[in-house]
Amino acid sequence: MTAVSTPPRSTLRPVDVLRVGASGPLARRMRTLLSALGISIGIAAMVGVLGLSESSRSALLDEIASLGTNLLTVEAGGGFGAGDSELPDSATGTIGRIATVNEVSGVWDVDADVYRNEFIPEGETGSVRVVAADESLLATLNGTMADGRYLDEATSAYPNAVVGSVAAERLGIRNLDQPTYVQIDDQLVEVIGLLDEFPLAADLDRAVIIGTNAAQEFFDAGDAPAVVYARVVDGAIDETRDVIPANTDPANPEEVTVSRPSDALEAQAAADDALTTLFLGLGAVALLVGGVGIANVMVIAVIERRGEIGLRRALGATQAHIRRQFLTEAVLLSVLGGVAGVAIGAAATVIYATSQGWRVILPTEAVIGGFAAAVLIGAIAGLYPAMRAARLAPTEALRG
Amino acid sequence: MTAALELQQVVKEFPGEPPVRALDDVSVRIDHGELVAVIGPSGSGKSTLLNVMGTLDRPTHGVVRVDGVDTARQSDNEVAGVRSRKIGFVFQQFFLLEGMTAVDNVANGLLYQGVSLAERRDRSREALSRVGLGHRLGHTPNQMSGGERQRVAVARALVHRPAFVLADEPTGNLDSKSTGAVIDLIRELNAEGTTIVVITHDQAIANSLPRQVSVLDGRIQSDSALAVASPAGSQLQAGQP
Ligand SMILES: Nc1ncnc2c1ncn2[C@@H]1O[C@H](COP(=O)(O)OP(=O)(O)O)[C@@H](O)[C@H]1O
Ligand SMILES: [Mg+2]
Repeated sequence: MTAVSTPPRSTLRPVDVLRVGASGPLARRMRTLLSALGISIGIAAMVGVLGLSESSRSALLDEIASLGTNLLTVEAGGGFGAGDSELPDSATGTIGRIATVNEVSGVWDVDADVYRNEFIPEGETGSVRVVAADESLLATLNGTMADGRYLDEATSAYPNAVVGSVAAERLGIRNLDQPTYVQIDDQLVEVIGLLDEFPLAADLDRAVIIGTNAAQEFFDAGDAPAVVYARVVDGAIDETRDVIPANTDPANPEEVTVSRPSDALEAQAAADDALTTLFLGLGAVALLVGGVGIANVMVIAVIERRGEIGLRRALGATQAHIRRQFLTEAVLLSVLGGVAGVAIGAAATVIYATSQGWRVILPTEAVIGGFAAAVLIGAIAGLYPAMRAARLAPTEALRG
Repeated sequence: MTAALELQQVVKEFPGEPPVRALDDVSVRIDHGELVAVIGPSGSGKSTLLNVMGTLDRPTHGVVRVDGVDTARQSDNEVAGVRSRKIGFVFQQFFLLEGMTAVDNVANGLLYQGVSLAERRDRSREALSRVGLGHRLGHTPNQMSGGERQRVAVARALVHRPAFVLADEPTGNLDSKSTGAVIDLIRELNAEGTTIVVITHDQAIANSLPRQVSVLDGRIQSDSALAVASPAGSQLQAGQP
């Protein structure tokens, strides 16, 4: 074949495809912004929600790490007919003697009711329990005090109590600026400390805690501990967990249940909560609506710009060039929305996470997924209008 | 020498009840360097003739040769390629893109040849100077008068050095002063060597141009290039300028 017989061909360079695709949106800025809005809202919602849930999850995991994942909880039950099984009286001591257990603390149920004062009718305890606990409890649980002090050797023998965070709220105790008392059965007991939350032992948040000696002396407390908390050497958690039942109750090891409370928190952190799912769903709906909006704007653009389409065909554009122009235009609108959405979602994450004191985490999947979704939606939304534009006969288009 | 443009026994029918025969056995030959006026009343088929000449529309029957190549049976992509290199269009409604400068509107005449933006703009400035708009390069269409806009459109039709320029009633939207200026420009460009076909329904304009082809009811009624004595439209042989 000679050069002479080569027919002339139309070509549109890739960079010109972009320029031509951008020329329409650039000439109609207000419309461009409005048509990108839907996509930007959708992407912002999704990026923001994923960023916030990731940031809050990492904050929770940080908190779990600071509480320590080496706490074990030992309780009775688990075996057949374990309904009223109990730990042996000596459980605290035997568990404490295991070489890999650093700290141990028992908690006993006390059969008594607690009231804010003597005028509260019997039975209305606000489901606050009374328990007795070792003086080592606070250290074993890595707990902290909101006010006052924890029980010590001196205070635990007398009618003194330390109140869990939820119990304090139920009993209406905000602080210990003034001497504060609660009524446990007939006994007036001084509150010497208010506890912060125990994330790893939430049961204790609803308890009024008294010393073991005081419990024996003033109230009706059993000898068998209800729960034993054990702080274990890091790295020896699984093996310790395995040997505790046989050590605690050699006769009925199957009736001893050992659990690791941080596992539950970690599972909670890993789970997607319903609100995140809801917002992701709303974001998806906004994206869908945004995509339909872009398709709509593009259909209108094709009708309005028949003259331009006819002119371009007269200048030598092929059907494919026209199709590419309008497809590019739709994708650019959508990507514009995507960029704005990612920026807004990221900004919302940074602002909220910072205000909560969380580490800011922007999941790359959310950012990349946001852009990819925008490109995809634009391409789908632009497909039909672009085909229509390309199929328009030049003479028909030029009739305007 | 091959003709710039040659139509042989071209028929164009539009479907309908009954079908409209907009071109009925039209044969015409236009040589390089000619300036031809196509004249006829409204509805006579002038625009259809120009669309078929410019490969924007396909004939129902017949041959349409652009620079010696029959385009009637070429694919859509192929005729687009022919338009991008060989044909320039000027329309009554200008068809300039709003919000784009004169330079960029004219540069679009080279867009579908794959020419780089820098070169497109260089050649666009040249073409704008040629039509006397060297001082309006950065103006957008709405900053220009009708006559100026049509000169921008003429520059766009020239910028890629086509084999011929087709103008469909280029003065149809212009006042008499601008009309004179645009017709003068067309005459000048032709004098510099551009082959041009101008549709008009203004007899005075037609008479001022070297060759007149008059169309009636889809047929060529007379062609000043053909021998005066011979019956109109009966010959395939085109006249010499
Ligand atoms: N797309 C079309 N469909 C049907 N009829 C058409 C079409 N285009 C033109 N015609 C008809 O063809 C005839 C010639 O039209 P046209 O070429 O536009 O004439 P002119 O440009 O001389 O006014 C007219 O009768 C017109 O109605
Ligand atoms: Mg017409």
